[in-house]
Amino acid sequence: MFGEGILKGLAETARNFLGSYVSKNRLTTVQYPEERLPQIEAYRNFPFLVYDGDDWQQGLRCVSCFICEKECPPKCIIIEKSTDKKPDAVGKPQFYPKVFNIDVSVCMSCQICVEVCPFDAIKMDTDYELSTTNRFSALLWDKHRLAKSNEHYHKIHPTEAAAVDAALATERAKVAAKAKAAAEAKPAAAPATNPNGASTTAADKPVPTASEK
Amino acid sequence: MSTVTEPVRTRPTSVADAGESQLLELSMGPQHPSTHGVFRMDVVLDGERVMKLKPVFGYLHRNHEKIAEHETYLGSMPYTDRLDYICSLTNNWAYALAVEKLAGIQVPERAEYIRVITAELTRFLNHGALIGFLTQDMGASGTPLMYAFRERETILDLFESLTGARMMCNYMRFGGCRVDLPAGWLDQARKFVATLPRFLDEFERLLATNEILMARTQGVGIMSKELAINAGVTGPILRASGVNYDLRKVDKYGIYDRFAFKIPLGEHGDTYDRYMIRLLEMRESVKILNQALKDIPEGPIIDPKTKIRGFKPKPGEAYGRIESPKGELGFYLVSDGTANPYRYRVRSCCMVNLTVLEQLCIGHNVADVVVILGSIDIVMGEVDR
Repeated sequence: MFGEGILKGLAETARNFLGSYVSKNRLTTVQYPEERLPQIEAYRNFPFLVYDGDDWQQGLRCVSCFICEKECPPKCIIIEKSTDKKPDAVGKPQFYPKVFNIDVSVCMSCQICVEVCPFDAIKMDTDYELSTTNRFSALLWDKHRLAKSNEHYHKIHPTEAAAVDAALATERAKVAAKAKAAAEAKPAAAPATNPNGASTTAADKPVPTASEK
Repeated sequence: MSTVTEPVRTRPTSVADAGESQLLELSMGPQHPSTHGVFRMDVVLDGERVMKLKPVFGYLHRNHEKIAEHETYLGSMPYTDRLDYICSLTNNWAYALAVEKLAGIQVPERAEYIRVITAELTRFLNHGALIGFLTQDMGASGTPLMYAFRERETILDLFESLTGARMMCNYMRFGGCRVDLPAGWLDQARKFVATLPRFLDEFERLLATNEILMARTQGVGIMSKELAINAGVTGPILRASGVNYDLRKVDKYGIYDRFAFKIPLGEHGDTYDRYMIRLLEMRESVKILNQALKDIPEGPIIDPKTKIRGFKPKPGEAYGRIESPKGELGFYLVSDGTANPYRYRVRSCCMVNLTVLEQLCIGHNVADVVVILGSIDIVMGEVDR
């Protein structure tokens, strides 16, 4: 019968229309922004710089090694190295970034900076409501804008952050053991320890992050 | 397009012998909603009938290949997401396969399974979206597309929880994958795949025998076997013309030789066959997904010796190709031993498939051009690169 196929299709749409009143599977839209879907843990948007402790300037893990700047595919990271060194979280003198800018209008959220960073200093953020009225300076994020605490990292990516902290702790214990051995040989030199836990070590070997395993 | 200077004509073409009627040159696109992006067609019309058609592309050209020659091998991976932005994971796979061939890297078993699962999910969402867009072009505004997108959302959620992004996944790595499956992902995927046959039945009932769809597509844009083979057409539209050529069977890349699935073939090579072949391929994808989700082993997902930074393959060349949802997607790489490829070339299936557009459209009405273009399944990101 001519028209049978159309009727069959219309029966299908009717089933979906009526089903949308009873079945969640048939009505999948949510009324953003009043209603929000729970965030998926692996979600990534733009990078941020992790710092330990309370002071963002003191605890920044970045030692401005320029690896992420070099590996970034669209070249959106701009780093200027400091001329002096300042003690990092474990008290070891390190270079720090005098300037660390990310042009988020260029960044394509590919996560390669996170993968190549040997110090676990740069991670991906999940903030997505970022519209601004200025398309130049407001989209060039400086290091103050980029710096976020390790607690923030734990909040947005709990599994990954726990793995990173564990890897860092192992690495730190190794360094501490080495320092202790050196201290026993030379009793005068005491190893500096960090009370709050996570810290940056200037180990030559990159610490494998959870995402690379 | 110069190969067909003499189209099949049933009516006069030049102004002189047309008598009272005049030819009309019409520019469709690049902002036309039916052109799937920024694609322009110079159409010469006699009344409603297409006399000549010249595809014009390049509006989305962004130097993909040249950029890749200045990037590291890994640095090109996120750019491949942006080729065919509907199916970023198959693009990743094709590129990773080329580099693995170039450097002779082995892929662990679990990673191969993950690749197959993500690739078949990608095929599913691509074909669903394609049918949605095709019917949208015919005037079925929204309904089939929304049904397809409902399923696509679930697949994209799976992708997001695995890779961190819905569309720009950047997931494959040379010698495996970036991260392992998160806890519970496989169960979630199995549960979802179990619902797919029901969705496919529904999707088929919605349209397959619809008289309007049949009137608009049957006998429209017939592509002969010879034309398809001579033009180098690949993918579902080649199989819709009855040529049994699927790289998953021919090349058996990855671990496709382990799965039992069939290659659906068309008979007439018209738009309806091209529509139907997608539905059948989605069913075969579900079969592969069921097998892969059942058999996936535990183990590493990447060879730990593969370098992330400072990756320098030995001098040589390699061509890696896969059956992407749209056809044969290949990457040809020449290495000179440095960290950047000496030459990086994309064999884009969309671009090659588009070359037959004129032959398919000549003699049809202008409204059929939209339908034929929709059934070829192009994404301008890959055509223009």
